Amino acid sequence: MPTFILKRLLQSVLVILTVALIAFSLFRYVGDPINAMVGQDTTLAQREELKERLGLNDPFIVQYARFVVNAAQGEFGMSYRHRRPVSELLAERLPATLELSIVSMVLALALGVPMGVYTALKRNGVLAKTFMTVSLVGVSLPTFLIGILLILVFGVWLRWLPTFGRGAVVDLGWWTTGLLTKSGLQALILPAITLALFQMTLIMRLVRSEMLEVLRTDFIKFARARGLPDRLVNFRHALKNTLVPVITITGLQLGSIIAFAIITESVFQWPGMGLLFIQAISTVDIPVMAAYLCLIAFFFVIINLVVDLLYFAVDPRLRVGRALG
Amino acid sequence: MPDLRLSARLRAAADSDLWYSFRTSPVTIVSALTTLVLVAAALAAPVIAPHNPFDLASLNIMNAGLPPVWDAGGEAAFPLGTDDQGRDVLSAILYGARISLLVGFASVVFSVVLGVGLGLVSGYVGGRVDAVIMRIADVQLSFPAILIALLIDGVARGLLPHDMHGEVALYVLVFAIGISGWVQYARTVRGAAMVESRKEYVQAARIIGIGPMTILWRHILPNVMGPVLVIATIHLAIAIITEATLSFLGVGVPPTTPSLGTLIRIGNDYLFSGEWWITIFPGIVLVLLVLSVNLLGDWLRDALNPKLR
Amino acid sequence: MSLLDVKDLRVEFPARRGLFVAVDGVTLTVRPGEILGVVGESGAGKSTIGNAVIGLLEPPGRIGAGEIRLEGRRIDDLDEAAKRRIRGRRIGMIFQDPLTSLDPLQTIESQLVETIRLHLGLDGAAARARAVDLLRQVGIPDPELRVKQYPHQFSGGMRQRVVIALALCAEPEVVVADEPTTALDVSIQAQILDLLKALCRDRKVGMIVITHDMGVIAEITDRVAVMYRGRVVEEGPTAKILGDPDHAYTRALIGAVPRPDVRLHRFPYVDYIEGIATKPPAIDLRGHWLGKARDFGAKTDGPLLAVEGLGIRFPMNNAWLERNRRYLDAVKDVSFAIAEGETFGLVGESGSGKSTVARLITGLYRPTAGRVSFNGTDLTAITRDRDLNPFRRQIQMIFQDPFSSLNPRMRVLDIVAEPIRFHRLASGRDEVERIVRDLLDHVGLGAKAAEKFPHEFSGGQRQRICIARALATRPRFLVCDEPTSALDVSIQAQILNLLKDLQEELRLTMLFISHDLPVIRQMCDRVGVMRHGRLLEVAATEDLFERPQHPYTQELLRLMPHFEGLSHDNLDVEAVGGAG
Repeated sequence: MPTFILKRLLQSVLVILTVALIAFSLFRYVGDPINAMVGQDTTLAQREELKERLGLNDPFIVQYARFVVNAAQGEFGMSYRHRRPVSELLAERLPATLELSIVSMVLALALGVPMGVYTALKRNGVLAKTFMTVSLVGVSLPTFLIGILLILVFGVWLRWLPTFGRGAVVDLGWWTTGLLTKSGLQALILPAITLALFQMTLIMRLVRSEMLEVLRTDFIKFARARGLPDRLVNFRHALKNTLVPVITITGLQLGSIIAFAIITESVFQWPGMGLLFIQAISTVDIPVMAAYLCLIAFFFVIINLVVDLLYFAVDPRLRVGRALG
Repeated sequence: MPDLRLSARLRAAADSDLWYSFRTSPVTIVSALTTLVLVAAALAAPVIAPHNPFDLASLNIMNAGLPPVWDAGGEAAFPLGTDDQGRDVLSAILYGARISLLVGFASVVFSVVLGVGLGLVSGYVGGRVDAVIMRIADVQLSFPAILIALLIDGVARGLLPHDMHGEVALYVLVFAIGISGWVQYARTVRGAAMVESRKEYVQAARIIGIGPMTILWRHILPNVMGPVLVIATIHLAIAIITEATLSFLGVGVPPTTPSLGTLIRIGNDYLFSGEWWITIFPGIVLVLLVLSVNLLGDWLRDALNPKLR
Repeated sequence: MSLLDVKDLRVEFPARRGLFVAVDGVTLTVRPGEILGVVGESGAGKSTIGNAVIGLLEPPGRIGAGEIRLEGRRIDDLDEAAKRRIRGRRIGMIFQDPLTSLDPLQTIESQLVETIRLHLGLDGAAARARAVDLLRQVGIPDPELRVKQYPHQFSGGMRQRVVIALALCAEPEVVVADEPTTALDVSIQAQILDLLKALCRDRKVGMIVITHDMGVIAEITDRVAVMYRGRVVEEGPTAKILGDPDHAYTRALIGAVPRPDVRLHRFPYVDYIEGIATKPPAIDLRGHWLGKARDFGAKTDGPLLAVEGLGIRFPMNNAWLERNRRYLDAVKDVSFAIAEGETFGLVGESGSGKSTVARLITGLYRPTAGRVSFNGTDLTAITRDRDLNPFRRQIQMIFQDPFSSLNPRMRVLDIVAEPIRFHRLASGRDEVERIVRDLLDHVGLGAKAAEKFPHEFSGGQRQRICIARALATRPRFLVCDEPTSALDVSIQAQILNLLKDLQEELRLTMLFISHDLPVIRQMCDRVGVMRHGRLLEVAATEDLFERPQHPYTQELLRLMPHFEGLSHDNLDVEAVGGAG
């Protein structure tokens, strides 16, 4: 156990450092930190002095190390566009993105997994075939188009739900939540559905194909040959074995929800980090891009670690050594 | 003799399970036809489009905001209506699909060449080379393709002078989408190459004395192309979606050469004033295209892997 | 009173090209305490019978006609729920591969207990006690401890015991065992067969053993039904069928079984079995391409191939620190020599390192110790890859699995032509094609085979293509790594005959690797016995079989199936000895 987790942790650190390297290169070489800080009338000497003071003449590795240390403390410098610390900007917008992502994750999992199991078990049923057809349409609908259609139907034609913003929020001091007000909840419905729909169809199709794979194995055949009822065969033996591969890929998919939130936030003008990032790209606001990148990498690493631990809990082959005899 | 062989091959193809599964699946036939029609229409856009949406001289502001022909106030000259500048939506769609397909195909080709190449080397050579390539793949896989494409686009914007960006935007886009997709090919091909290279026919070739490059090219590559074809088909759908998404977000193709995603973005601004057709028609074409490519990919995967049914 | 009756059974699979009838008109009976063997080659439909009896035909398979009765009551027309109550409770099933038959995520206990509780209605504690008891009965040591473990913690043989315990846990009256020992090594195979025999006798269980292996049939069955293409061609007491078969197919099948006690000059040719009935024409080397340019350099006095202190180790883990690294000595300190024209055999169980030796000799692996000399030249000392090519041409190999040893995307013509083109052994496209067709003719496939792809051929035919490819370099030394272990016994006989013929005609020297002692006896002049990567004993074949020196060799010979009472009709016997 310890070696397995240790190995994973080491790998995670490596991922984070690689991403930090990319972010740092962006920061240092794509944008020009000096230009962003000074006015037009600064002399070359002043620029040189500032450069020296900021340590921009230090060796690459020193600068990189300083960047990593700062980043670990949440220090990413000033946004070129907003003229405010990036950490502040992100902290403001983090709750909006996380609330949207988590609600969508729960929605996607709660619907996707049971539908996947159902379509695998009733492979030739009418409902299962309908699910499969609809899911293919779901995979073929770009997220932004789903959002637009929902806006058109529920916002423009029916006028039932708000189509932009986050509604009224409650400030808890360290967190602003939209989950406690009626307008906040209403505003969440369309974006959450938009974000969840694509992931849900993916999860459903994945669970289905993995489960079909498991249902073809010898041990399922042997379980049936022992006269075990379908309930036991399907849920105790097949589903549990399906979960092993599903957990990994679902983990990755859920991570990508945070990235797909960029699109959803853009469609619904949701005041989250994704919207900030998209604006940063259009205006080449490098510190914001770098910080966002590091933050996303951090989330991914966390999700992957959770996935590994779950894996460990489910699969005894990782837990218990092979003692042949 | 050669034509005898050809006819034998043709007969074998007509008799094959692949053709049989195609012939007996109406959904597949319909999606193949839809794809063909859309691709043909996009290619022939300059010929069949009723108007040239880029010819500013032909635009008439009087025609702006016309609804489709079956709605009250629609005109026969603009069957799917016009946008805010009086551009014919149908023509814009035809030209837009051209850009979407071009970017989609080009990025897939780029991904395939990169991914298959690295995957083959990784799987056959193994050792350190394999470790390095696969670590890079792991790190990249931690990030969704769309984010990587966005990032590359952002970097390109930062590095290139503003006026130059418009010219090379299309190449940047192909590069961004292509780079973000190679990992899946590399992983699949690597896995398949490792399986194949352990098979006895490869060992037999090695015993004969055939060199590693020839073995890769003549023996292993043809045997890993099946899964690559399946991924490429599904990837084409993803690439088209990614391009549309980037264009919708305003970081894709420049507005001078609008793709389907750009059209949807432009139309989105008029959604609330009730001019839904500017958005919805390009959207429908996009979904039709992606859906039929996805259906083809699904069929291909099942047909090449019969045990999955 | 018979326990299980199968009457006029017909099983059909609707397929794209019409109805495929897997089993037709099969009638069988099993009595309590009796073991009925169902024997046949691949595709004979024997597994389908087992699946039909337990009511688990793979869709879209269905019973087209006939009936199956358990103690006189029909069971084939019951509904699914009623069939499920029979499965496990009254009819148990044992599958071939113990590695995949158990749920990897559940403990042995939970898999046993769920089955016991379901069928016998015991409470948890009683079911657990019974689970431990069952493990003890199938011969698993420390059952209290092992019952809490997961399948991956058991070896293959132990897992098959667990599978047997699971099949027997609700005291079924009938057990269907489908190739119960095929995936196991000889020594473990004997133990499992003994266990099945004892369980059957003690519990008065009626058992159907489905197998392709005449050794298993001879070892444990009371009666046997011989299947050929979906039909039972002959049925009766085992001793009668094996000793005095009536049907021509049974005679052919028995004639093809390699004997441990006699050495045959040739296996009898049988027209019952795919295609090749007559012996391909002999090659006159003086005028033939295969005989041309046998310029193998100066003939030295020593052996053609000599292996000295050969060893290879594989890292088991990739630890960073040298002291933490562990290695597996796949081959260690192996030395032998093979004289020109001789056939040298290597025998051993799986994991003994015999195939690794073959790969070291052919250069697929580089040894970590020792050397391989060919005609006096130390091959391991050659560093430039190109300098090895003259030797590669002289040393060729035939592999075990005919389904993976041919590139599925190449035509047979290109497969066989590849070595000729690579070593430039013929000039011009037409000459290459002519040689390929000639080679295909000589291995008994006919020149027309050149235009086809590998998937159009059966396993035996593919192995002939492999032989043609190996001959295409005009080799002097041929390594055969289990060349027939993936083939049916009748096909095996044909391939072994072909190899014997070619060796005689082309004066080939051979290294013949097999786990199958009777096959070794048919083919080899001298034999080496391997275990755990080491060579234990080398002796002339007759000496080894009559007077084995090493205890492990004696053990292997003792466990080998003896086929006492197998018919000796029509055999072309070369040497006779007492059974080992």
